[in-house]
Amino acid sequence: MDPFVFSLILLVSALAAGLLGALSGLGGGVVIVPLLTIVFHVDIHYAIGASLVSVIATSSGAAAAYVREGFSNIRVGMFLEIATTLGALVGAWLTTRVPTHAIGLVFGVVLLYSAYTSLKQHHDVLTRNPDALAVRLRLKGSLPTGPDSHIDYVAQNVPAGFSLMTAAGVLSGLLGIGSGAVKVIAMDQAMRLPFKVSTTTSNFMIGVTAAASAGLYLRSGYLAPALAMPVMLGVLAGSLIGSRLLVRVHVRTLKIVFALIIVALGIEMIASNVRGFL
Amino acid sequence: MSQTDSSPHGTAWTDQRVETWVSVMLRTGVLLAAFIVLIGGILYLVHAHGAPRPDYTHFRGEPAAYTTLSGVLHGVAAFDPRAIIMLGLLVLIATPVARVGMCIVGFFFEHDRLYIVVSTVVLLILLYSLFFHK
Repeated sequence: MDPFVFSLILLVSALAAGLLGALSGLGGGVVIVPLLTIVFHVDIHYAIGASLVSVIATSSGAAAAYVREGFSNIRVGMFLEIATTLGALVGAWLTTRVPTHAIGLVFGVVLLYSAYTSLKQHHDVLTRNPDALAVRLRLKGSLPTGPDSHIDYVAQNVPAGFSLMTAAGVLSGLLGIGSGAVKVIAMDQAMRLPFKVSTTTSNFMIGVTAAASAGLYLRSGYLAPALAMPVMLGVLAGSLIGSRLLVRVHVRTLKIVFALIIVALGIEMIASNVRGFL
Repeated sequence: MSQTDSSPHGTAWTDQRVETWVSVMLRTGVLLAAFIVLIGGILYLVHAHGAPRPDYTHFRGEPAAYTTLSGVLHGVAAFDPRAIIMLGLLVLIATPVARVGMCIVGFFFEHDRLYIVVSTVVLLILLYSLFFHK
């Protein structure tokens, strides 16, 4: 295949992934690796490299929209980035040590889990008990609910949230993904932060977390320029278009469609990598 | 108690302002990176026209010219399309790092010593990962 045709097919596929990712709220990064490995037979190391740069691009590109809404909490994000960046150092290191099939297998499981969490309904369970550690670390804020109203919130279970965030960082470094699903669980379920605060703060953290793996990826030769080029440009364009269309489409149906695609990719990844071990 | 604690609305307002700067910087960074990657990509496709596409089915790692900052800069000086793409990717990787740096400045203006320390720790982890992590 001519490099031009190959790059064009990659660009269009990545654009579709970015578009679906933005519309469903799952992020395009999570399907890039299965797409590249299953459809284009790309080695998983090159695939996670291309995915990682796409994740940084979408996170930084979407930041402006999230800031306008005013839901994200920079202190919560910055404090938890200590956990995610340390985790990412471990995860990126593991990619140089763990067998390829193990990476693929973990990826399959994470895909199934992401699909499951994306379809779960969220109910904010806000606890306003002042958690001593959270107050000392100023992990609190107020969520605007209307022009003149807001809800005050304080984080709970800081050690549990911090540990989950470390795990999110390890997965991000190992798989070249944003681990948005795990980050949201840590903030929403463990730390009891409002769901809107969790999702927007998570988006902010994704770029910083991914940057912590980028150095080792670069030195290990995972960043193949001619492969990363169409993937990164496609995902970025797709997610920017997607965030603009967001208000006009039926999100629930789309979420189900995207979740089914992810489940199929997850099963295929688990099956092919289990076969690889045998 | 610091001043920021006694005036929550003032803090929220300054936070919002810092976040606005940060988001403008992130957007500029990502668009600049995408532009450089696009230029490199077009040059690559013009040069590579008719050639067989690179094989990514087996991992061999990229050559040294694309795995170090000095290698990439040499390549850019020699107008190597792939090195130009890599330069764009390096700009992209630098944007979240710059974001953490800007937050340190923001917390400095808010006299929030705790979060100056927290963001500095994050920045140091990132710098370690970019330059020394093996």
